[in-house]
Amino acid sequence: MTTTPVPHGSAGLPDRALRDALATRPRPPRTGPLSASLTLAWRALLKIKHVPEQLADAIMIPILFTVMFTYLFGGAMAGSTHEYLQFLLPGTMVFAVLLITVYAGVNLKNDVTRGIADRFRSMPIWRPALLVGGLISDAGRNLLAAGLVVALGLVMGFRPAGGVIGVLLAVGLVLVFAFGLSWVWATLGLVLRTPSAISAVSFLVQFPLTFASNVFVDPQTMPGWLRTFVRFNPVSQLVEAVRGLMNGTAQASRIAAVLLASGLLVAVFAPLTMRLYRNQT
Amino acid sequence: MSMNSAPAIEASGLVKTFGGNRALDGVDLVVPAEGVFGFLGPNGAGKTTSIRVLATLSPPDAGTARVLGHDVVREADRVRERISLTGQFASMDEELTGFENLTILARLLGFTRAGARNRADELLDGFGLAEAGGRTVKTYSGGMRRRLDVAASIIISPDLLFLDEPTTGLDPRSRNQVWAIVRALAREGTTVLLTTQYLDEADQLADRLAVIDRGRIIAEGTPSQLKTSVGAGTVQVHVRDPARRSEAGRLLAEALGTPVQTGSDETALSARADDPGRASVALAGLARAGIDLTAFALAHPSLDEVFLALTGHRAETDTDTDAHTDAHADTHQEKTA
Repeated sequence: MTTTPVPHGSAGLPDRALRDALATRPRPPRTGPLSASLTLAWRALLKIKHVPEQLADAIMIPILFTVMFTYLFGGAMAGSTHEYLQFLLPGTMVFAVLLITVYAGVNLKNDVTRGIADRFRSMPIWRPALLVGGLISDAGRNLLAAGLVVALGLVMGFRPAGGVIGVLLAVGLVLVFAFGLSWVWATLGLVLRTPSAISAVSFLVQFPLTFASNVFVDPQTMPGWLRTFVRFNPVSQLVEAVRGLMNGTAQASRIAAVLLASGLLVAVFAPLTMRLYRNQT
Repeated sequence: MSMNSAPAIEASGLVKTFGGNRALDGVDLVVPAEGVFGFLGPNGAGKTTSIRVLATLSPPDAGTARVLGHDVVREADRVRERISLTGQFASMDEELTGFENLTILARLLGFTRAGARNRADELLDGFGLAEAGGRTVKTYSGGMRRRLDVAASIIISPDLLFLDEPTTGLDPRSRNQVWAIVRALAREGTTVLLTTQYLDEADQLADRLAVIDRGRIIAEGTPSQLKTSVGAGTVQVHVRDPARRSEAGRLLAEALGTPVQTGSDETALSARADDPGRASVALAGLARAGIDLTAFALAHPSLDEVFLALTGHRAETDTDTDAHTDAHADTHQEKTA
């Protein structure tokens, strides 16, 4: 045996404190799924506290697109900025929230590449906790973006006919769809090699889907082929439903379609993500 | 021997393939449930892959492994309750403080809010990080990160701790601190399996070790056994009277049948001894001739020599071995000269 005895206080470590720290003590009871997920959501919030820049796009995209589009194009497209804002605001809310859902994939990828996910995976905790905790904090970020669009809109003169309830339901519907879409990015987060690849893919998918939709303009003036695309574009469906809720003209079928789409996204991509996460090698 | 005589790890025939590369090519391994077990091998030999399989992170393509009596695939959760893993790269949240990192992990392990804070403070104190606890991890030195990483792994004392290359890239002082922690952990009853590509580290820390090369275990035993299996040791003597050194050298060469090396120290002599019995004969011969010695030793060959003998090639190490320019450096030069 070659182990040499270590004199106390060796290597500049406090010997007694080290021994105290290493002493075995009873194991606390195992955490449940909810508590583990909430702890990991709290972790994400702590990170935002230390690096508030993480919220830059959750704050800037709503402001930029609501203000810029209203005053830049409002007069030209709807005759007056006020008219256009009534049309635009539900759309920019959807636009702003969907763009930042990509964080679900980027943050997961970072945790995987930095080995942090491995630590959680080797711990006796509910396996999906890291994903679910992340989605809980993402919901907070999405709510911030949606809230900013609404607040800014109200200041600029947006008057929703659907009232407080209509607006709250509209925000809720966007968050539900964002939750479903987040699982797509989470899946990509485990498939693609780098966080920037996820951002790039998200950009390439989301820009056509959000611009070739009814977010910014009424599709009536578009050529027929594009109008068909816009009509079947899921973003348009979501925007239609959100406009309906905010304007008090909601159609149950549209809302049901959005909820169904969200459910489908979760049903397909949540198990896929979990499978990929479990089988990381 | 501890009362718990069941092995900590029993693996047989582990195979893991990535693409066309067989990272593990039939690993058989038994690690006793006490002390420090060293897992030695060059980069890419399969050390990290083995650890990931044993720590339930990566299922094997073939073969079985039981860790602390539980199957790593079918009873992964039972295994996870009793092991901890400190990966090769510090896996802490850089943006958070050391205290926050430990508190989050303690909460995940079931500590109450207050209990988690106490445990975090206790670990930071014990690992010499009390002052750094409130700073974000990205301001930490490599050694501090490593200590925090190990602290995170022992929030609940594991029965088995995997340490993947715990001192790679650390300066000598930080390395000594990590070594002190590993020894203290083993004293407190945690079985430690550490991988290393540093031969002196395995020699310093491990009670037993396995040598892995190209996905296969090529040797296993105590460091002394491994060295003895290679055969050669070195007799080193210091004569009291430098004037009698050449006479002593002649006697040693006769008794051992190998050439004698002399260094710049005019009292020092050394010669290879293929058989420890002949070494004692040689020393007795010096005594009979009335040559006084101030010191003598029978030194084992270094693990680097062991590795060369076992694999036919040298242990390939990284470029950043400065921190690990070890006591065997002279021996390497002699061998290659």
